[in-house]
Amino acid sequence: MAFYRSHVLVSVDPECLKRGAHEVIDALNDELIVQDLIQEVQVLETSRIGDPFRLGPDMLVYPEGVHYANISVDDIPFLVEEQFLKGRVVEKFRAQEKVVSDVELGAPKAKEVRVVLRNCGKIDPHNIEDYIAEDGYSALAKVITEFSPEQVIDEVMRSGLRGRGGAGFPTAKKWKLCRDVPDNPKYLTCNADEGDPGAFMNRRVLESDPHSVLEGMVIAAYATGASMGYIYCRAEYPIAVQNLNIAIAQAREFGFLGKDIFGTDFSFDLEVRKGAGAFVCGEETALIASIEGKRGEPRPRPPFPAVKGVWGKPTNNNNVETYAVVPQIILKGAEWYSSMGTEKSKGTKTFAIAGDVVNTGLIEVPFGISLREVIFDVGGGIKDGKKFKAIQTGGPMGGCLTEQHLDLPLDYEALTAAGSMMGSGGLIIMDNETCMVDMARFFMEFTQDESCGKCTPCRVGTKRLLEIHQKICAGKGEPSDLELLDTLCVEIMRNSLCGLGQGAPNPVVSMLKHFRSEYEAHIYEKRCPAKVCRALIRFEIQPPVCTGCTVCARNCPVEAISGERRQVHLIDPDKCIRCGICAQVCNFNAIDVLS
Amino acid sequence: MIEVMQEKNLAAIVGAAVEKHGTHADAYIPILLEINQNYGFIPAEAIRLARAKLHQPRDHSLVSEGRLYGLASFYHMLSTEKNGRHVVQFCESAPCHVQGGRELWKGLQQELQLKSGQTDPLGRFTLKTVSCLGICGVGPVILVDDDFYGNVTTDDLADIFARYE
Repeated sequence: MAFYRSHVLVSVDPECLKRGAHEVIDALNDELIVQDLIQEVQVLETSRIGDPFRLGPDMLVYPEGVHYANISVDDIPFLVEEQFLKGRVVEKFRAQEKVVSDVELGAPKAKEVRVVLRNCGKIDPHNIEDYIAEDGYSALAKVITEFSPEQVIDEVMRSGLRGRGGAGFPTAKKWKLCRDVPDNPKYLTCNADEGDPGAFMNRRVLESDPHSVLEGMVIAAYATGASMGYIYCRAEYPIAVQNLNIAIAQAREFGFLGKDIFGTDFSFDLEVRKGAGAFVCGEETALIASIEGKRGEPRPRPPFPAVKGVWGKPTNNNNVETYAVVPQIILKGAEWYSSMGTEKSKGTKTFAIAGDVVNTGLIEVPFGISLREVIFDVGGGIKDGKKFKAIQTGGPMGGCLTEQHLDLPLDYEALTAAGSMMGSGGLIIMDNETCMVDMARFFMEFTQDESCGKCTPCRVGTKRLLEIHQKICAGKGEPSDLELLDTLCVEIMRNSLCGLGQGAPNPVVSMLKHFRSEYEAHIYEKRCPAKVCRALIRFEIQPPVCTGCTVCARNCPVEAISGERRQVHLIDPDKCIRCGICAQVCNFNAIDVLS
Repeated sequence: MIEVMQEKNLAAIVGAAVEKHGTHADAYIPILLEINQNYGFIPAEAIRLARAKLHQPRDHSLVSEGRLYGLASFYHMLSTEKNGRHVVQFCESAPCHVQGGRELWKGLQQELQLKSGQTDPLGRFTLKTVSCLGICGVGPVILVDDDFYGNVTTDDLADIFARYE
């Protein structure tokens, strides 16, 4: 591996890219070649450094740790000459604010406890030594020198750790199942196919702290007796794939991966397998099929992967977060971990908060915290002073919960009892301007699209669910539709092959339960209470407010608005296509949406 | 003439991809991803060329064109149809949807004069939808080729597309 005396980390956050981060990287490399420094200085891409809206494109220069902000291509020649040739920090490019802010993962809020996310944003993911400085790989050293595989399993068992992929199966039990199968070789897989819309906790861990996942996997390999592992990462996460590959190469170099780890006769190696865009590959049997180079279609279980997994051999499959937490449990002890959380859900969980909430982003909280605390204390409440309406937990296979559930403790059992589920940890918060029928239609569009097509209840059933929702949103719903939806949901759940189909009707079931009146308004009254479904709303000009400025009439794409200058205008409902442009362009807020 | 050149390129691309990833079954998807990336899509000819290299009865490595086509048609990121020079992907997931994605999707279709899955007559842009890209904190999000753009509004679109020829 080449030795560089300096590293430049350029933020390739979306906003920085929009502002030309790639051009800056190209210019940097070009200039380093011109000044003959390319062998000494390495330019790398990283996720967000500072607030990109004020500082982007920005970069960090190591070893000095200088943060340069608002860099343009024209600044590069001077910057390279001063910083790398003459070795002087260029004060005028330096970021004014010292605090490194991160909108995705800010400073921990009052009720947060960071275990999995503890290193994210703090260490350089491209440098294994940064991780080692934070006690990295010392849990592995401890395990290999002091523990038998059975003792590792026992320690994890006592910690109460449960699978963070969503189902919550006890991790140690899974490891033991795999260990006890008398067949070799054994494999490990890491499910990094985080496909739930709105869930990006795993991405952040993989990008910012990949070694914690690697270390957890090596420990799991020692416990289960696996000799080879695959990290199945979705292709939508290019930076995660890149950082994992860098981390694996460095871990091999340091002897934490590969043959004879720590000089013992224990060997284990890892490879990254990139997905190709299929949500269903997050299901473990589909994931295994995809690793084997097949279509990602699930198969019935049993046999479970612990018995027959990758290449027909015993395989232990865990989620990114599950592996990442293992080194901490080994280092700090099972008692420390199990002191957090509720009776049956121990430790902490990461959540991604998205939607109509003030602070979107990642959080990590102990189990047992209430949804109210998550939304209002950690999340900062609903955006633009609107009212809370619903929260979708558990991703597209989860359910919607309402105001009445806000004081539920967040744990596996409580969410399931309320008709939703923990899932991987995406939380989508919706305000009172969200139409729940439209949301249900939206979720069905997703599952219908992602159904792999192997079994009929899921393939055809989700399509029918979608069609009925489209019909209701279009104002053509019939009274019998509600009953049909109820029946269809039950049949799909009962008869589908895998978790995708069994969970697909969940959003509909929960919405029918908690927001049935909205369905009824759509069907019986042909009204969309949230004023979202286009077919069920109309635009009307309020005569006292209208000044007759003609802006709306000039912008209407279908000439549905008539009226003389300085006279009140009128919208012809038969011509109107409800595009809403008139309401957007009106300077006087004279146009109301009615349902 | 151009046709002939492209075919030559395709054979080289397929050859390089197989060379890089090997002929074992777990290399099939990486090989197809690589062909897709370097050629823009996976034509039937590429499947035929790849199969010829991967099907090695002597090593008990049996693969049919159907198996490879099955992969190419199953995964969203593999395309069996020719795309424009640039692929614009709109994140259609719920967090983006509730943060202004609905309006953006309308604006996007209008700006490009395309519907999902279509390519413009000049072959410049193909418009597609993509499932969650995991940067929901900055939604709505679009992806042009390999470049991510966050917090996109309809007003930003013309500027963004001007960067792609």
